[in-house]
Amino acid sequence: MSAPVISKERAKTIADRTAALEAALEKRVLVLDGAMGTMIQRHKLDEAGYRGSRFVNHPKDVKGNNDLLILSQPEIILNIHRAYLDAGADIIETNTFSSTSIAQADYGMEALVYELNVEGAKLARQACDEYTAKTPDKPRFVAGSIGPTNRTASISPDVNDPGYRNVTFDELRKAFREQVEGLVAGGADLLLAETIIDTLNAKACLFAIDEFFEDSGIRLPVMISGTITDQSGRILSGQTAEAFWNSLRHVKPLSIGLNCALGAAQLRPYVAELSRVADVLISAYPNAGLPNAFGEYDEDPHTTAGHVGGWAKDGLVNIVGGCCGTTPDHIRAICESVTGVKPRKPPTVSTAMRLSGLEPFQLVS
Amino acid sequence: MSDLSSGETKPTATFVNVGERTNVTGSAKFKKLILSGDFEAALDVARQQVENGAQIIDINMDEAMLDSEAAMVKFLNLIAAEPDISRVPVMIDSSKWSVIEAGLKCVQGKPIVNSISMKEGVDAFIAQAKKVRRYGAAVVVMAFDEKGQADTEERKVEICTKSYKILTEQVGFPPEDIIFDPNIFAVATGIEEHNNYAIDFINATKRIKATLPHCHISGGVSNISFSFRGNEQVREAMHSVFLYHAIKAGMDMGIVNAGQLAVYEDIPPELKERAEDVILNRRPDATDRMLEIAEKYKAGAGAAKFADLTWRNADVNKRLAHALVNGITDYIDADTEEARANAEKSGGRPLDVIEGPLMDGMNVVGDLFGAGKMFLPQVVKSARVMKKSVAYLIPYIEAEKARNAALGIVDASKNNGKILLATVKGDVHDIGKNIVGVVLQCNNYEVVDLGVMVSCAKILEVAREVKADIIGLSGLITPSLDEMAYVAREMEREGMAVPLLIGGATTSKVHTAVKIAPGYSKATVYVPDASRAVGVAGQLMSAQNRDTYAAEVKADYAKMREAHARQQQGKKRQSLAAARANKVKIDWKAHTPEKPRVMGLTVFDDYDLAELTRNIDWTPFFQTWELSGQYPAILEDKAVGKTARNLYNDAQAMLQRLIGEKWLTAKAVIGFWPANSVGDDIELYTDASRTQVLTTLHSLRQQMFRENARANMALADFIAPKDSGIADYIGAFAVTSGLNLEKKVAEFEADHDDYNSILVKALADRLAEAFAERMHQRVRKEFWAYATDETLSNEDLIAEKYRGIRPAPGYPACPDHTEKALLWSLIAPDKNAGITLTDSYAMWPAASVSGFYFAHPDVEYFGVGKIERDQVEDYAKRKGMTVSDVERWMAPSLNYDPGQANAAE
Repeated sequence: MSAPVISKERAKTIADRTAALEAALEKRVLVLDGAMGTMIQRHKLDEAGYRGSRFVNHPKDVKGNNDLLILSQPEIILNIHRAYLDAGADIIETNTFSSTSIAQADYGMEALVYELNVEGAKLARQACDEYTAKTPDKPRFVAGSIGPTNRTASISPDVNDPGYRNVTFDELRKAFREQVEGLVAGGADLLLAETIIDTLNAKACLFAIDEFFEDSGIRLPVMISGTITDQSGRILSGQTAEAFWNSLRHVKPLSIGLNCALGAAQLRPYVAELSRVADVLISAYPNAGLPNAFGEYDEDPHTTAGHVGGWAKDGLVNIVGGCCGTTPDHIRAICESVTGVKPRKPPTVSTAMRLSGLEPFQLVS
Repeated sequence: MSDLSSGETKPTATFVNVGERTNVTGSAKFKKLILSGDFEAALDVARQQVENGAQIIDINMDEAMLDSEAAMVKFLNLIAAEPDISRVPVMIDSSKWSVIEAGLKCVQGKPIVNSISMKEGVDAFIAQAKKVRRYGAAVVVMAFDEKGQADTEERKVEICTKSYKILTEQVGFPPEDIIFDPNIFAVATGIEEHNNYAIDFINATKRIKATLPHCHISGGVSNISFSFRGNEQVREAMHSVFLYHAIKAGMDMGIVNAGQLAVYEDIPPELKERAEDVILNRRPDATDRMLEIAEKYKAGAGAAKFADLTWRNADVNKRLAHALVNGITDYIDADTEEARANAEKSGGRPLDVIEGPLMDGMNVVGDLFGAGKMFLPQVVKSARVMKKSVAYLIPYIEAEKARNAALGIVDASKNNGKILLATVKGDVHDIGKNIVGVVLQCNNYEVVDLGVMVSCAKILEVAREVKADIIGLSGLITPSLDEMAYVAREMEREGMAVPLLIGGATTSKVHTAVKIAPGYSKATVYVPDASRAVGVAGQLMSAQNRDTYAAEVKADYAKMREAHARQQQGKKRQSLAAARANKVKIDWKAHTPEKPRVMGLTVFDDYDLAELTRNIDWTPFFQTWELSGQYPAILEDKAVGKTARNLYNDAQAMLQRLIGEKWLTAKAVIGFWPANSVGDDIELYTDASRTQVLTTLHSLRQQMFRENARANMALADFIAPKDSGIADYIGAFAVTSGLNLEKKVAEFEADHDDYNSILVKALADRLAEAFAERMHQRVRKEFWAYATDETLSNEDLIAEKYRGIRPAPGYPACPDHTEKALLWSLIAPDKNAGITLTDSYAMWPAASVSGFYFAHPDVEYFGVGKIERDQVEDYAKRKGMTVSDVERWMAPSLNYDPGQANAAE
């Protein structure tokens, strides 16, 4: 892959924004936005709605391809970003969770990936800049959202053939590289690898990011957020929270954290576990409770905010927000719950070789 | 919050075993499996290594006949699907970078790369190190440069130092992720230049660790003994001696076969001396002298015998430790006497024997048990050795105390703390409590065991009298839960401060959190099994951790209470009327109840125990000993199979004696009556005219919301209703195999033999269950005789594949223990079988089973589950009890909080 050209001016902006982000994190607990999918659902878009005017003749169905709305319904996405900013969010995630060639292959839209990421970052950038202009003392930041893709590098999709894989490390690495280049070109301030269900996918993503940094000569803060699938306390690929951290700490991220799958009440022990072992910032953005019998998230904003505010007060977190089922009301309540709360100070951890399989292992130095 | 009850933390190692069996260059067996494509069996090799204690597994596919990259990828991908293997980190081992990189792309964990070096120059080294870092791995760096492998101490130190500087200063590699392999080469090869190789490694290790901060030292240990290939005992001794010295020098990692490593202390002295001569290059003829004796140690039948002798030749302290770890009582009195005499000679005290060699040995046992390398039956055997030794010393200790008292000297004993244990009032079950006591004693706690049926007043009185540090309560039957809550409230009322531990089969974390902990403001902790007891006691006795631990438990339980309260609100039940409307619908026309062949009572005095043995269900027997698994598969289990086999053999041997010498007496009484249901009650009649009611039994009905047309069951549903005019019947029984058990238990206890005392109780329990099973079988075939042609194997019986059930009061289908009073009035087990009832309706002897017989073809076992206040009120009226009495007896089954009245008593 050719080295991306980053202008001096852009490099300066990135450095300034990184400094501003770090300064804000020193002072307070920052708030991410809430669910994108939940807000898109409210528009009840049909197939034609998803296609907009540009994709009328696309050969495959595209309904459900939420990332595509960046190009086909940019106003909807822009307004969702604004709604979250209005609620008080400091960090807005781009609508690019599935904007990799691997995830877009389902819709036959691999060719659009770079554009999706550039335009997705631009929409979030526009919304953030509008709000930062209103209150310059509260800068807003664009986090380039990077989902796990819909394939797993360390889990076989075929129960009868546990050694089989339908995606390789190198395929993932290339796909993530393309996404990262688009996000940075579109103006993202930081990169957020989220909803990690397989640590090997995340390693490929972070490998690509590290290569990109080396090739381009710039660095952006990186947030990492895994998903504990259930109360076994493990991510889908089997690692415990601490093992997960041991696998990824070499990239020296801005933060490590957890999102999705669980509500705040269930997520707390694992957030606490990470908070105890990780010597970087901690992020956590839960779902609005567990889905009810109808698969809907119905935890009210105050309940969610009560838990999340509790994490902040107990010194467990630095960045909070919401995942599936959360709305601007949830984010507003969360903002209130963390206002004035001192952010967590990362602990100093002893020097030791920290390895992991599914479980953590350490050898003191 | 993490699982507080476990008290465990993640493994922090000081020396790491890296398993070497999944290395085609090191294991001929593994190589064969991989070459033949038998990956299934190759995975077993990996699994065994992890089970044998490898904390990291080395994987190497460097073999000319293999596509090494493909084999590495395939094996790592397969491992990823095996959680019992992939829980540990892997070491990706290859001399080819391409194989290493292929491997790095397959592991989600943080692995170790083995290895990179400067052998192809500094540039290649830097490029590879950067990649390793980017893949997020730690790295082994070989002491190797363009001139070759470092063999002398100087070269080893020089190359490692240079590598370290490049890695930390140019690549930005974290020093704690660097592992140096300064090369272990074979000694005793007959070539003089090789004689100092081990010393070179050991000295280099010392210097590297001293000058290069945070790095680690590793090596392939088996290289050292290469010249003794085929002589495993000599090799193991050399490995062990080498490691002993290298670890002291700072080696903190080694590629070793975790399953085969001699314990340094256990090496025969002669072999050890010569191995040290060779390793430490202590004399020029070291190799020859090793060769001289090597033949003697070649593996074979002689080896085991020789090992035995060696054990007896060691000094007395080592012999005591060996006896403790291996549970051997044969020589304990003689060895204890020798240790005592030695202590006396050197001006010591008899207590020194306990606090010295005995406690040292028990600490080893405790550590091995904690690490999952010993299992409960072995630990109990170790305790037996300990107790016997202590018993031998006691007269000497008493004599010394008397002398000291005369001189006005006060004795301060040095144990970890004093723990009072009791099975609460009304309960007679104590196997679990006794096991907890033994395990605590093994860990140097003084245990004051008050036995069974201990009143609250007595517990508190003795606790104060002996100044107990911790009180532990145990119980098995449900009314005991209430008694424990009562003890907790009494402790609060009397202002006690000692921590309270709760354990036993019906206790639970939720129950402790919801019902017991709120009554006592000091530490109250649920202990799920014996192996957890030590951790919990340790936390509670630690001046440093006690308060934090207690606070953590408290917070955890508070959360659990909240969660429980929320859950309760969610779990609505239906009304009793609605549940009754959904009773089991039986077509009484379709089946005519069979009349029992023998009506009224039949008494079995002195039943043949031998007949019962084939009905034993062994699986719960192993559970008693905290060995989980199904019998008979458990005997072949990889982890606990050996322990299970030994235990099973001991049990079989005891069973033979128990029967032959008639240690126990088994008795039973059964009876059958005409019966019909009236609502949820069952009327039993004096005779076939069904005019005079003999007694009325009361059943409880399920009140949960049911789906799929499932009924809300009550036992009464399975007896024909009175108004149907159909003649139906019911049976009742009580069996025991526990008569005279106490005599045998007392004998074992007098002999300080907890192992056999627990074993005989566990067997009596199994025989009682077998007796109930056998009696039920005979009832079906002979006495009620509704299934005369039944032919079922013991497995089928255990799986309940027969017609009819035998529910017991106090168990899920009829959870009210007080129904036992009616059962006793019916068949008089006290008079007919020697079984009495305690205040809490526990049966004495404990090895007893009682219940009712139901025979309808549709009847099945079920659980009543939680019931609502409407049923409790109705039931109280039917039974002529007060509502609050019913609530007290049924506390665990209530779906509502009976209110503050109960809590304030």
